[in-house]
Formats: sequence, C-alpha cells, structure tokens
Amino acid sequence: MTDDALMNDTAKLILRDLTVAFQRRRGGSVVAVDSLDLTVHDEEFVCIVGPSGCGKSTMLRVVAGLTRPSSGEVVLDGIQVSGPGADRGMVFQSYTLFPWLTVEGNVEFGPRLSGHPPELCTRIAKRYIDLVGLSGFEHSYPKELSGGMMQRAAIARALANDPEILLMDEPFGALDAQTRTLMQELLLSVWEQTHKTVLFVTHDIEEAVLLADRVYVMTARPGRIKREIKVSLPRPRTVGVLDSEEFLHFRREVHQSIREESLKVLAAREDGG
Amino acid sequence: MPDRNLQANTRRPAPRAQTRPRSRIVSALDDALRPHEPVSRRTYLSGVILSTAVIAFVWILLSYGGIVPPLFLPSPSDVVRAAVALFREGSLLIHARASLSVIVTGWALAVVAAVPLGILMGTLKFVEALVEPVVDFVRYLPVSAMIPLLILYIGIGTAEKVAVIFIGTFFQLVLLVADVSANVSKDLLDSAYTLGAKRGTVFSRVLVPATLPGVMDNLRITMGWAWTYLIVAELVASDRGLGYLILDSMRGLYTDRIFVGLFVIGLLGLGFDIIFKQLHRILLPWSPKI
Repeated sequence: MTDDALMNDTAKLILRDLTVAFQRRRGGSVVAVDSLDLTVHDEEFVCIVGPSGCGKSTMLRVVAGLTRPSSGEVVLDGIQVSGPGADRGMVFQSYTLFPWLTVEGNVEFGPRLSGHPPELCTRIAKRYIDLVGLSGFEHSYPKELSGGMMQRAAIARALANDPEILLMDEPFGALDAQTRTLMQELLLSVWEQTHKTVLFVTHDIEEAVLLADRVYVMTARPGRIKREIKVSLPRPRTVGVLDSEEFLHFRREVHQSIREESLKVLAAREDGG
Repeated sequence: MPDRNLQANTRRPAPRAQTRPRSRIVSALDDALRPHEPVSRRTYLSGVILSTAVIAFVWILLSYGGIVPPLFLPSPSDVVRAAVALFREGSLLIHARASLSVIVTGWALAVVAAVPLGILMGTLKFVEALVEPVVDFVRYLPVSAMIPLLILYIGIGTAEKVAVIFIGTFFQLVLLVADVSANVSKDLLDSAYTLGAKRGTVFSRVLVPATLPGVMDNLRITMGWAWTYLIVAELVASDRGLGYLILDSMRGLYTDRIFVGLFVIGLLGLGFDIIFKQLHRILLPWSPKI
C-alpha cells in the first residue's frame, strides 16, 4: 500500500506487535495490551483514546521505557527502546514536580543531568517557562502553584530536555473543566511553536479530537487498536473549532467507536458481578 | 483556601438567625469547637493560657492550701528555691549536661545509621526482606529489659547509656524512615527516569530529598522517645544525669528536687521540639508540612 510506504518513510515511533501481560499474585496473568501496532510520524500529534482500564497508560509507559513489554518492540528513530531515557519526555496525570525544587529548578533538572553548563541550563529553563506562560513564577515552589500551573511546569520540564517525542498520560485529567480547556489551548500553542512529536493518552474524546492529527481508538482490555481516525481539522487550531461542523463530525465518529467498547466493559463487569 | 473561607462565611449566619440570641461566651465556644476549622490567634492563645492557668491554680491550691503535704507535693516557691540552690551548687548544670551529652550522642548515632538503612529498606524490596524480620523482632523487646545485659557487656558508664538510647531509637527510626521512603510517589521516580536520570541519581537527587520532611518529623519524635530511655537508663545505674538527680532526691525525700528534675527534662524536651520545628521551617521551606 502506498499509504504504508509513506508511513514508514516518516515514521518516528513504531510499536510493533506489542503485548504486555502482568503476573497476578495468585498465579496467572492479565493481558493489558495485546499485539498492538501503532505508528507516530515526525512532528505529528497522535492521541490514544479508550475506555478506562484499556491499557493505554500501560502502552505509554512501555514507550517511556518504564514498563517492559512481554513481547513486541518499540522503535524510536530506528533504534529499539530498552529503558527510560531523556529522548522521551513524559508528563504524568499526577503532579510530579519535585517539591523541593523551584519551578526553575524543576525545568532545569533534565538539562543539568545532561551536563550542560549552569548558565545554559538557566537560559533553557527560562525559554520553556516563558513558553508555558509561567514567567514570574521561576522561584516559586510547587506547593505555591495551582494544579494547572503545576502541569504547565511539568510540560516545560519535559520539553526542556528537547526530547524526540513528548509522551503525555492524561496530563489534564486531574484539572477542573475550565482549567483543562485553558491547558488544551496552551498545548496547541506550544505545539505550533515547537512542532514536537506528541503521543497523548486520554479518555476525553473532545480533547483527543481537538489536539490530534490522528486518533487511535483502543479496545477494552486487552487493549488493541480498534480504529484509526485522521482528524483533518485545519491548523493552527483554537478552541473555537469546538463548535464547527467538522469537529462534531470527528467527535461523533470517535464517540461511536469508543461507545461500543465502553458497553463491552460494562457488560463484562455485569457478567462478573 | 479563599473559597473555603467564603463558604464558611456565607454558611454560618443562616442558622444563627433562627436561634435565640445567645451569650457571647456560648457563641465564642461554638465558633471555637467547629471540627477542622481554624480558630483565631486570640482563641488559640486563650486556650494555651487557660490550660496552663488551671494546672498552676490546682498546684497552688493543693500545696499552699495545705491539702497535700509538702513531702508529696512541694509548693511552687519550694521548687523554685530548690532549683536556685541546685543551680548555685552547679550540680543542676552537671546533671543536665551529662544527660544531654548521652542523649545527643546516642540519638545522633542512631540517626546516622537508621536513616540511610530506612531509606534503603523502604525503597528496595530486597533490603526490606533482609532487615524487616530482625527489626520487627528487636523493636518489641523493651530497652529496659536489655539494660542488665548492656551493663554486663559494657559496664555502667556513659557508653552503656549511649547504647540504651541507640537501641531504643535505632530500630524504631529504621521502620519510621522506611515507611516515609516507601510512601514517596513512584511517579516522582518515574519522572526522574524520563528526564534522563539513572538509578544512582534517582536515589541521591529524588529519593533522599523527597524523604526529608518525613525524616525530619521522625527525628523530632524519636528525640522525645530518647528522653524516656535516658531516664530509665539513669535510674538503673548511674552517678550523674537528670534521672540520677531524681532518684538521688527520692532517697533523701527531697520532693522539691524531684520536681526540679522533672521540670528541666520537660523544658529541654520542649526546647528540642521548638528547635526541630524551626529547623524544618528554615531548612525545608518547600515542605508541604509547614
């Protein structure tokens, strides 16, 4: 297929036949991710949506190198991933800023580890703190920040390493609805300025369609790719697009696909109970 | 925070409008006794003064009122007089210094050994497997039960008392610190890995700082326990120290001196507590606990 050829041409991240099974304490195992294939192109924003517990976070942790797959492989820029590294920055759902470091100290953390001179680290930190709109809070400790500000700092911290790909695990999941919208706008603008390759996991369909170039819908556990939907909304995007007919069209498409899976989860639970 | 205050302010007047007008004391008490709600500085201070005043009043009444004979309860002035006398002889300072040096030495040795071990135990399952059974067993042995053995091994000098403090605090502290480090969020460690940190860096730059507030709290708590063990050790076999002062005063029925000993212990403990709280504030300004 020509489409396939094109995909491999610009492929940044490839997940091939990825399976992750966890050993149960009482023996046996649970398959969280089942022979999953997925590709992310250079400078592409890809969202993974799926019902809760479908293994999408597990998949992201495998890409980050934090969880070992049972089989299959993750290839970034042609090199197989074998452990965590600075080339894959990650933003978590929980607040993971280091509380003993200021915003600046947090954002500098990665550059300092890679041994850049201190002045350069500070300059890098300043750039990304500005980018996420936290100027003036460089010397604040995380406990002095709101949830949205903490996540902005976490994004800056991940970007300061200039990773090949940014992995985001429901980064706005813990925020209130208003803040979440603001953060989505911020992320869109950050993406316009950096064109960073992003793999973003969420269960929020609207969020996925708003942000992504492509949306992968995952099946209920064990997680597989159920559908791939190309979101051909024009960029640069703003939240204004939320009201457009095209947006609603894509949203409906993703929604339908995921609804079937959610119903399956529900049915399975009722059977079990 | 502001939201909560706002809520509290808008919520409170409503029920008050329905009830009969109450006396100021009743409504002040009502305000002071709302669960988990902050009280004004004035209310807080009046509580502190109230409890101190009640104790002082009961003491004054029982002693000066002649209700309890001075052999059992010396009057405040007797205690002050005894304190001045002991201070003038220089023995109060000698005893206090002896106790302090033992307690600080024993406790510091325990801290130096227990904090790293506790952090490793809470972080590495294998170290937990190595350490936990032993620690769990030993920590149920009362230190006082080990004093005879320690006297047999080390004698009755300072070393024996330092050993008592060490044993008394070390095993407890290992478990407390292990708990603190086990509760460090795994996401914090994972973030460090994804920022390019290796295992050693994660230990030194993430785990250790993350445990500091909890460790600091436990240092304060175990210092309190150390005082208990010290006095026990000094009561059993000693020739100086505040515990010895108390025991020696009892032999001569100097109840006022016993009270001096107790007050000094209490004041030193309070002093340490304040120092630890201040250190926490100064050294860990980022700590969520302040």
